Amino acid sequence: MYQIEAIDRNPIFHDSPYNQGVYRFHPIGKGCGASMKTARRFVPPTPPHGRFQLPDAPRRPGERPDFSALKLQPAGAANKPAIDVDPMDIHDLAFGLIRVLDDEGQAVGPWAAKLSVDTLRQGLRLMTLLRIYDERMNALQRQGKLSFYMKAAGEEAVAIAQTMALRASDMIFPSYRQQGALIARGRELVDMMCHCLSNARDNLKGRQLPIHYSWKEGNFFGVSGNVATQFCQAVGWAMAAAYKDTDDVAISWLGDGSSATLDFHHAMTFAANYNAPVILNVVNNQWAISSHQNIAGGARTTFAARAIGYGIPGLRVDGNDFLALYAATEWAAARARAGHGPTLIEAFTYRAGDHSTSDDASRYRPKDEAAAWPLGDPLKRLKDHLIGRGAWSEEDHLRLESELKESVAKAYKEAISYGTLHEGPWSPVKTMFEDVYEDMPRHLRRQRQAHGV
Amino acid sequence: MAQMSLVQAINSALDTELDHDPNVLVFGEDVGYFGGVFRATDGLQKKYGSARVFDTPIAEGGIIAAAIGMGVNGLRPVAEIQFADYIYPAYDQIVSELSRLRYRSAGEFTAPVTIRTPCGGGIRGGQTHSQSPEAIFVHVPGLKVVMPSNPYDAKGLLISAIEDNDPVIFFEPKRLYGGPFFGDHQATSQSWRGHPKGEVPDGRYTVPIGKAEIVRPGNALTILAYGTMVHVALAAVERLGVDAEVIDLKTLLPYDMDTIASSVTRTGRCVVVHEAPRTGGFGAELIAEIQEECFWSLEAPIVRVTGYDTPYPHAHEWEYFPGQGRIIEAINRVLGN
Repeated sequence: MYQIEAIDRNPIFHDSPYNQGVYRFHPIGKGCGASMKTARRFVPPTPPHGRFQLPDAPRRPGERPDFSALKLQPAGAANKPAIDVDPMDIHDLAFGLIRVLDDEGQAVGPWAAKLSVDTLRQGLRLMTLLRIYDERMNALQRQGKLSFYMKAAGEEAVAIAQTMALRASDMIFPSYRQQGALIARGRELVDMMCHCLSNARDNLKGRQLPIHYSWKEGNFFGVSGNVATQFCQAVGWAMAAAYKDTDDVAISWLGDGSSATLDFHHAMTFAANYNAPVILNVVNNQWAISSHQNIAGGARTTFAARAIGYGIPGLRVDGNDFLALYAATEWAAARARAGHGPTLIEAFTYRAGDHSTSDDASRYRPKDEAAAWPLGDPLKRLKDHLIGRGAWSEEDHLRLESELKESVAKAYKEAISYGTLHEGPWSPVKTMFEDVYEDMPRHLRRQRQAHGV
Repeated sequence: MAQMSLVQAINSALDTELDHDPNVLVFGEDVGYFGGVFRATDGLQKKYGSARVFDTPIAEGGIIAAAIGMGVNGLRPVAEIQFADYIYPAYDQIVSELSRLRYRSAGEFTAPVTIRTPCGGGIRGGQTHSQSPEAIFVHVPGLKVVMPSNPYDAKGLLISAIEDNDPVIFFEPKRLYGGPFFGDHQATSQSWRGHPKGEVPDGRYTVPIGKAEIVRPGNALTILAYGTMVHVALAAVERLGVDAEVIDLKTLLPYDMDTIASSVTRTGRCVVVHEAPRTGGFGAELIAEIQEECFWSLEAPIVRVTGYDTPYPHAHEWEYFPGQGRIIEAINRVLGN
């Protein structure tokens, strides 16, 4: 098969035992398992068959989840370079996998940061809170109380660990699955809920879909809803930080799917060109709605490897490993603050939930695929690590869960006292016409008056 | 006061603002070392350094995205898109991001970005160096859209745009960079020397965004134009010897309906002129609004003189370009001659 031969001839792949090994191409017209049912529709009417090939997911519904082809670099095996390393010297980090927690829950290797037990417990607490919050909000959407919701299930460590590794003055340019950054920065749950309910206390005056948070006070840029647009904006912010001679850094995330956008390449080009103090992250959670990461180019190489073409460090990190994410982000932030420029991090993880409440993942991937993910559950892994260190127990955890469930329930009760999506009160209708411009121009004033508000 | 061409006036506005505010940065393709393909930024990098006036990669979407991020971080970016024809790769960043940032964040985040871009034809630029895409941006809530017609306004409006806290798309009619143009490509090119609007103060002054100007008072009909077409319309009026009132709109969003309505109410007749294609053009918007506000004063249907609904041609540029002849024809129709 053409593509796979090409990969075998690629010296980087040839030398690296850590390529993902999950690529799967359809050689059209030659039969390729169950997925050919879909592919056959595209068979061209004339020979030669088999030249035109399409990438696909490794497994589809009805098939057994199987990640045995993933060749994962063992925990502790990745080198940790100095922050001023020449990016040319660390290409291996783009193909390997930075992991700190091993299968026994021990922190091993050079990336094992000396994090205090308090910091780790705080990480566990925030991840647990995020999961409980998400589950509650998702359930409320199912009950019709919210129009829409998106959980971060399975990838809670990404936003939480990475935000915790930064300073409060560093600027966050989130995608739609980084509500963990708000939680890590201590935003009130009531305020988050009021936004999701679009009620009278929504700081966005009911203008945005749920989860499209914005929180200036917490240096959390507003979520757009168009994927990837924030990526190069983060670079511009970082360029301004450097221009103003501060050592603040910007951080942004997008998904494996949206790494195919222009915005990704603009961000990489600008970040590399202007040596911007920015941390750019591809959250490779395997799935962009129904499109497997292979369809965004993941079948060929890693997303971290894209950094190589831009001459900046590319770190491929176990996205379900709190300690690894923390350490990689801390490294990238220190590098950026010291004036050594941007870093691309691929957080290798798995989207355990549906894309959103409008999605049903069982229609395009094996139902039990999340449970089979070889890098486990980020929350459980940190918990096991703390228990192994004698700094936590199952009882502690149950207590924490019940405490957090209670505070989420209490916050919701307070949030709906400021209004609900269906019954209000909402922000006054006249505010619909505000903030289009700094000062309302004549035509908008007239439209508002004609509307009777 | 100094004699300046339109492009020198642009340069002077940038110079004034770079000097006035350390948060002003100027960047774009070929903008830095070289000083811009039209020389709009000539000498500015040398004067203010490469941290403030610099070259960018050929990535219009990246230029605008970076400008947004800089704006959010307290700077006042002035980005150049080398030709308005190249603005489309930045369309998503302009329309989905820049224009709506204040609204979607309920005022938490704003980006006072100015996007300068040369537009319009008459320079033998073919279909990728001649477009007038203003209507596409006038349709976008949250943007301000400006197009000057002379050096004095260009400088004053650009300073206003840079100091404005809302995003501004600043279209520069490139046919006017060197001198006024009256629609006759065979006539000897004129410079701005001697033109009253070629007298430009050296220092800082502003021309307000949102205000039109009656550049020729009259009573027989109202002609609405902007950019290059202001000069073509004025020449057509002189040639025909008609008592027309000619209004230079200057700002297309938000446009100055008060000035337009009071003129059309008085004259009862109106011709709208633009270089851009006809269907869905800015003229359609003006006419719709005028008939709503001035219907009982109208003596004749309002007529548009525009480019044709074709891509901008090369060999047939002067057939396409809405010159004096087409304007005179429209004036006669509206006057019932």
